[in-house]
Amino acid sequence: MDVLRITTSGSVDDGKSTLIGRLLYDTKSITQDKMEALQAASKRKGLDFTDLSLLTDGLIAEREQGITIDVAHIYFSTPNRKYIIADTPGHFEYTRNMVTGASTSQVSLILIDARKGIVEQTYRHFFIACMLRIPHLVVCINKMDLVEYDEARYNQIVEDFRQLLPGSYYENLEVKCIPISSLYGENVVTRTEKIGWYEGEPLLEFLEQIQFDRNDRNHPARFPIQYVIRPKTEQFHDFRGFAGKIASGSFNVGDTIVSLPNGQKSKIKSIEKFGEQLTAAHAGESVVITLEDEIDISRGNILVQEGQPLPEARREVQAQICWMDQHKLTPGKTYLLQHGPTRIKSKVQQITNVTEVTTNRVEEKSEMGLNDIGRIVLKTAQPVFADTYQSNPANGTFILVDEFSNATVAVGFVE
Amino acid sequence: MSSIQWQFPRALEDEAIYILRETAAQFERPAILFSGGKDSITLVRLAQKAFYPGKIPFPLLHVDTGHNFPETIEFRDWLVETLGLELIVRNVQDSINQGKAKEETGKYASRNALQTVTLLDAIEELKFDACIGGARRDEEKARAKERIFSVRDEFGQWNAKMQRPELFDMLNGKINIGENVRVFPISNWTELDVWNYIREEELAIPSIYFSHEREIIERDGMYWPFSPYLNTTEEEVPFRSKVRFRTVGDMTCTAAVLSEADKLEDIIEEILAAKISERGARIDDKRSEAAMEKRKQAGYF
Repeated sequence: MDVLRITTSGSVDDGKSTLIGRLLYDTKSITQDKMEALQAASKRKGLDFTDLSLLTDGLIAEREQGITIDVAHIYFSTPNRKYIIADTPGHFEYTRNMVTGASTSQVSLILIDARKGIVEQTYRHFFIACMLRIPHLVVCINKMDLVEYDEARYNQIVEDFRQLLPGSYYENLEVKCIPISSLYGENVVTRTEKIGWYEGEPLLEFLEQIQFDRNDRNHPARFPIQYVIRPKTEQFHDFRGFAGKIASGSFNVGDTIVSLPNGQKSKIKSIEKFGEQLTAAHAGESVVITLEDEIDISRGNILVQEGQPLPEARREVQAQICWMDQHKLTPGKTYLLQHGPTRIKSKVQQITNVTEVTTNRVEEKSEMGLNDIGRIVLKTAQPVFADTYQSNPANGTFILVDEFSNATVAVGFVE
Repeated sequence: MSSIQWQFPRALEDEAIYILRETAAQFERPAILFSGGKDSITLVRLAQKAFYPGKIPFPLLHVDTGHNFPETIEFRDWLVETLGLELIVRNVQDSINQGKAKEETGKYASRNALQTVTLLDAIEELKFDACIGGARRDEEKARAKERIFSVRDEFGQWNAKMQRPELFDMLNGKINIGENVRVFPISNWTELDVWNYIREEELAIPSIYFSHEREIIERDGMYWPFSPYLNTTEEEVPFRSKVRFRTVGDMTCTAAVLSEADKLEDIIEEILAAKISERGARIDDKRSEAAMEKRKQAGYF
């Protein structure tokens, strides 16, 4: 069984929480006690219908203000696959949450209010989906019930949206548009006669048939070492295993590997999972690898395949970043750059530019604030063995950690 | 729907093992919070897998309320013995004796909230910088907003609005002295995932998860296990019935379900058909709509 991760984003009040509530309700993923709690909560708010959005707004402040302020994770399953939804807020000040939710997702689901059409937030969401190169993009035109299920209105919005595609990451990819009413559950899980003119699948049916993206397997092999296992017991006296999760590509027993940064070579002796001997392992799998030779390897080393393109040893990292902290980014300040299991001291050399995400306009600026997206140049104390995000996403990201507050202040995409 | 159709998604295991290895690497003194319930039993298996053929590099910490099901304690001791684990037990009764926690009164009295005091004292005493817990985001809506590495301040408090963003699979466990991190490797698992994992991995679990005969009382539409720790009224007369437990907490705050399910397959069938959520059987969550969030702010896991 596979897991499909979806990020949803929308503006305030475009019915995102209601849509998720609807997916849960119509797949029978809400139990009776939760439903009763919802009905009671709706009644207390003076509503004459069951407000499915109350299901996901988990924090006290959210319920008081009727908004979503943090990434919530919601789960449902069909016999076909397990779904994880990262429900991210659509407020201006929470762009960082949208990036966070999007970072683990294979599907980006953008909601557009049929009455309002494309708004500033739509551009923002689209920009983030492009920046993170999320493999699948689904646009739900919601609240069709409030525009009398008007086909012309729907077509107009779809056409407006398609104007964004030329020159973007999605130019040659399928972008699915679906007219829905999440309030009445129309075209979410089940079809409706009211939108009879729409010939495509309802949302869930579309999600069910999405072909799982396994691009990570086709990229050059990268195995960042997390932990060295040395049992030193009688039975496993000489065992020395390198534990980690394969970031990209595949490794086979007998492959010649190169260990970075020192460049030493060896052959893979075994690939193990809890004692089980494998002949090969692929991107996403947590395994233990043993080598033929005793070479000096510790946490932070990366094993790569000989003969495949090597990641560049970067002392200077150029990257697009999203700034996520209240305190501004200032050139000259040092941060810890965390790339996989390594943390390296780095200094911001330069802020190249900042992109106004709703207009795609690039401006020269000397500082970056919360939710800004821009390009910077970092100088690092040791080489960073990263690929570009474009060529191998699994080895092309990093976070910046403030040395004093320990906060995660930025995410970066290597260019 | 037959439970055979539902398989455990192995990607969740790879993710949990990755998180446990990060925990071992990024912290000096981690511990697994072990309750003897199915989620912490799952954690122990994942930790075995993460470090095999090495030993699990953390001890288990059990905060014993004194109101546990005897079957859970028996199971705990058996598991520790069989797998050769290190177990540390700290007792809520000691916190009460020291005057740091006060026993609740009335018919709903439970030691559930009192655990927090004992847990925070244990963290300070044993200098744990990371506590690995079996909490899942699907359990409850405040937990749906929880991070995988969740930073707590010196008072164990969770600040929902000041959480570190977690991007891709990068985990930032850097903390200042006095702070600690709660680690949740099975954040993305659901109740069904846990049961399917237990079935596929053939894990042993305490007997009270299976149907058995027990003395219960009926209160507020739920079946409560009758025990010396439960304050009952005169009208609440215990009777015997075939029940099992879906979740294992204290005897004073865990409701039973009437059930004949005595095999894992039957339990999974029962969950698929269930009308009540798992934590719907946790009396501690019923106190108010924000019961969990308020407890988490105070340092609960």
